[in-house]
Order: sequence, then C-alpha cells, then structure tokens
Amino acid sequence: MRRRRIAVGLAGALLLAGAGFGLASWRPALAPGGPGPGETTPERVGRGAVLASLGYCASCHTAQGDRPYAGGRGLATPFGTIYATNITPDPETGLGRWTLAAFTRAMREGVDREGRHLYPAFPYTHYAGLTEADIAALYAFVMTREPVRQAARPNALPFPLNWRPLLAGWKLLFVREPRIPGTTAPADPRRDSEWHRGAYLAEALSHCGACHTPRNSLGAEVKAKPYAGGEADGWWAPPLDRSSPAPLAWSEDALARYLAEWDPQHGGAAGPMRPVVDAHRTVPAGEIRALAAYTASLYGAGPAGSRTGPVDRAVGTDDPALARGATIYAGACATCHESGGGVPYTTASLGHRTTLRAPDPRNLLLVLRDGVAPREHAAGPIMPGFGAALTQGQMRDLAAYLRARFSPDGPWPDLDATIRDLMRDSPGPGARAGAGG
Amino acid sequence: MPTLTVNGRRQVVAAEPETPLLYVLRDELGLDGAKFGCGLGQCGACTVEVEGRAVLSCLTPVGVLEGRAVTTVEGLGTPEHPGPLQAAFIAENAAQCGYCIAGMVMRAHALLRAVPHPSEAEIREALRFNLCRCGTHMRILAAVRRAAGHDPAATGATP
Repeated sequence: MRRRRIAVGLAGALLLAGAGFGLASWRPALAPGGPGPGETTPERVGRGAVLASLGYCASCHTAQGDRPYAGGRGLATPFGTIYATNITPDPETGLGRWTLAAFTRAMREGVDREGRHLYPAFPYTHYAGLTEADIAALYAFVMTREPVRQAARPNALPFPLNWRPLLAGWKLLFVREPRIPGTTAPADPRRDSEWHRGAYLAEALSHCGACHTPRNSLGAEVKAKPYAGGEADGWWAPPLDRSSPAPLAWSEDALARYLAEWDPQHGGAAGPMRPVVDAHRTVPAGEIRALAAYTASLYGAGPAGSRTGPVDRAVGTDDPALARGATIYAGACATCHESGGGVPYTTASLGHRTTLRAPDPRNLLLVLRDGVAPREHAAGPIMPGFGAALTQGQMRDLAAYLRARFSPDGPWPDLDATIRDLMRDSPGPGARAGAGG
Repeated sequence: MPTLTVNGRRQVVAAEPETPLLYVLRDELGLDGAKFGCGLGQCGACTVEVEGRAVLSCLTPVGVLEGRAVTTVEGLGTPEHPGPLQAAFIAENAAQCGYCIAGMVMRAHALLRAVPHPSEAEIREALRFNLCRCGTHMRILAAVRRAAGHDPAATGATP
C-alpha cells in the first residue's frame, strides 16, 4: 500500500516535471513572411556585409568549395558534429520565410522560426548582445544573398543530445544576459570610445569567447574564466588574458596587424582563426583597431614574468631522436624558417611562435600535417603540409626537436598519443592525395 | 648514407640525409623530370609520389625516405612509350613551357591512385596548389579528366 502510494507520487511528480519542462521548452512558431518595406535598403545591406565579416558568418555557414551561406559545414564538438544551416533566403531550405522578428529571436534566443531550439554551436549567447540596428542590418544582408536550395545536413549527435527540447534546460542553466559595457552594462569611464566599440564587437558579434574561453562539461563557457583559453574544431585556442604563453607581449599594434593580416613579431593565424582574419579583409581599419584595443586590454599591460622572449636553444646531438629531428628540420623547414625572417611571412625564428609554447602539441602537428593554405585573392602566409612526406615517427622527432629548441617549457608529455590521434592515416600506401603534399 | 628506392630501383646515395630529395634526383641520379621552381614548397613543380601520395621533393630530406618507394615522372613511362597519364597530357596539349608539367602529372598520378574516378571538384582540389605560369590549367584539367576515363589501374604506376 505504502509502496504503491510512493509509486503514484513519483509518477505524478515525473508527470508534473515533464509537463513543466514541456511548457518551459515550448516556443511558438512565428508567422512566415519576408523583409518588410525599407528593411533591405542598400545602406542596411552594406552595413550588414561589414558586420557579417566581423562575425565571420561564412566560416561556418559556407562549406568548402560550396556556395556562400548555403550551410553544410560540419563543426566538430566534444558531443558530436553539428552542421551549419543554410542561411540564404531560399524559402524551402533557407531563411526565405523568416521575418525580421523571427531572425531577431534566433539571434537573441537561439530559437528558429518554427520554434525549435538551436544548438549553442550557433553563438547566440553572444549575438544576444547585438543592437537592434545591427541585427536588422545582418537580416538585410542575409535576405539579399543569392538563394540556394540546399537542405541542412542532419547533425551527428547521439541520443539524448539530438532531442532539442533538452536545450531549453541548457538555456535555463547557462544563458545569462550579456553585459557589454556601454550597451547593456554601464560604460567603463576609464576607457575611451574605441575600447567600448571593441568590447561590443568582441563580446557580441565576433564572439571571441566562444573559442577562447574554456567550456564546462556541458559545453557552456565558464564565465568565471573569461578568455583563459579554449578549443575550436580540434585546435587549441590560446588564452587572450595574461595566462597567454606567447613569448612576446601582445601590444595593441601587434594585435591590429595580426587581426588584419599577419604580425612579424608573432606570425599569422592558422586553423579556425584563419577564416576570421581572412574575413577582416573587407572590414574598415577602424573596426580592427577597436577589436585590437579591447583584446589588448584583456591581455593586460607590460611584460609578465613568464614572457621570456623568443627562445632558440642549442639542442644536443646525444639524443638520437632530437638529432633525427634536427636533420628533418634542416631539410624540410630551414629554407624558410632559418631565413631570419627574410622569406615573406616568416618570423625571425620559430621561437616567436606561441604554438611552440602551447600546453599541448595539437596546433603544431595540425600545421605540420596540413600546412597553411594560401589566402584567396590576397598575399599572406603559406606553408606546405608534411603529412604525406613524414611518417608518424619522423613527425614525432621533428615536433620534439622544435619544442626542445624553441621553447623553455620541456617536452610535451602527450606527444606520442596526439600523433597517433592526428596522423592515423599518415603516411601509408593508398592514403589520401591531400593538397599541399 | 641513405638508401633510396626510386622508380623501383634501390640505390645508396652519397648525399647527407638532410639533403632535399629534389637535389639528389637531379644531381646524383640524373632524373631531371622534377623541377626546381620556388624551393619553398609553394609551386609544386618538384612534386613526386611517395607510396601513393604526392610529396614536394624540394622540402623532403632524403633521410626520411629510407625504405619507402619514390616514383618520379620518369617512372610513369618513356618518351617512346608514355604512360596513360602522360599520353593524356600529350593528347590534350597540356604543356606550354612545360616547367610545371612533371609536378602536375605526379600530383594527378597520386590522385588517381587514391581516387580512380575523381569528380571535377576532387581534381581541382588536388591540383589547387600546383602552379602554372603559362596558364594552361584548363588543358591540364582536361588531361586529368581524360586519364581518369582510362582503366584506373593503369596510370603507368610502378607499384
């Protein structure tokens, strides 16, 4: 009898909780429609184009070699792969039936027009801080792109993560209103308008923290550790705060050069940061300066104790692995990287590169394996990949040599495991015919 | 001294292990098909094949090739008996000055070994970083397409 009462009570509680959750997670579909009169003026579209570059929307919403903004690019997350959607104005498969109200709700709350919750791989937690005018400009921009009929690829997520109503719970736990000085929070009286502009861009539109802030086990940014370093698509995203292991301090000028193209003291972007820098090509210099002013302030002023400057140590030849690494370096790397910065887009030595001071070897190995592809329609860094030329063991020797010579931090403990992980098919007979070697 | 296996022939070379393969091919082995273009791994004129994959010989130290099979453009055929891929390049008149062609052929060869019937996008992606200053890219693409229509096992590969 008593047991039965408990069972009924439990069932009732579950039912209530389920109903409550259902209510909380349910979002209505918004009426279909399109841009209203005056919502796609050339001025708005033009401003939206610059904003879309600063938010580098195309880097996710355009698949490699595919039509702009038609979606399909997969984003690897610890939970599975999430495929970016088609944001061209195609009525069937894109945003063609979205009103400005639906677009605004998606940007601020992560809910699509039909009322489905969106995964936070779409960084609406940042876009929530955008001004209404900027959201309207972005809407004008996307709604005037070439419509492409291409259905979104289904995400590769395991149950129950593929059940979208769960995201309502995630939002309850983690979504807080963004506090951007000067817009949603009081302005910082010690800072100038350029810094405030940069804060707005970095926090809202450019969503820097989406990669450069660590995430917790449920994939939410750890707000207590802003910019302490994170992860992006399998790459290490370095800290932007004082814990950065960069051998040389990042000044505002260096950051402005880096964000626009390349900086001779630190080098250039690779991996998921490359499309960000590439998108900046069409952004007015003032916006880049503002971003640099804000990010330089995250980093702090003056040299910190850990900033030893570039390191270039003599590596003994008594260790056979390091000796083999030195041989590979001499034949494969030295032509460019021992030029003292003479070859365009090389730093004076690899000791300038933060990559060799990273806590793990992922970024170095990914660059060694795949190289750095040339920019489209612009000069910039380029490096061939060595994934086909070097065996796993040779890659290991080279990475160990580079670390020993250009970093004071000691060998990477997880080098072997990372190489096995990243160079599974490299090299071997019948493997890929990858570009760049 | 490193031992190299080039076009099926195994030989000891005198060069230091850090010497780029390109110099050994041209200066020591007399195989001058692969060309020195930029010497920085940016143009692809020096491309050869190592165990099924395209490799830039100007930046590959010979020391790393111990026990691995290298194929150069000379390994695909002779002037009298060009291999199918080489014949496709000839049929399409794909060479103008010809400096990039050995690299193009070897890059395409590695592609066809991995993907016998590549799509247009796959061909363009594979050849993306091999440069031609004369501008015969369209004919080079046509040659690769022509070769891909042949028996995929017979692009002239020495196994």
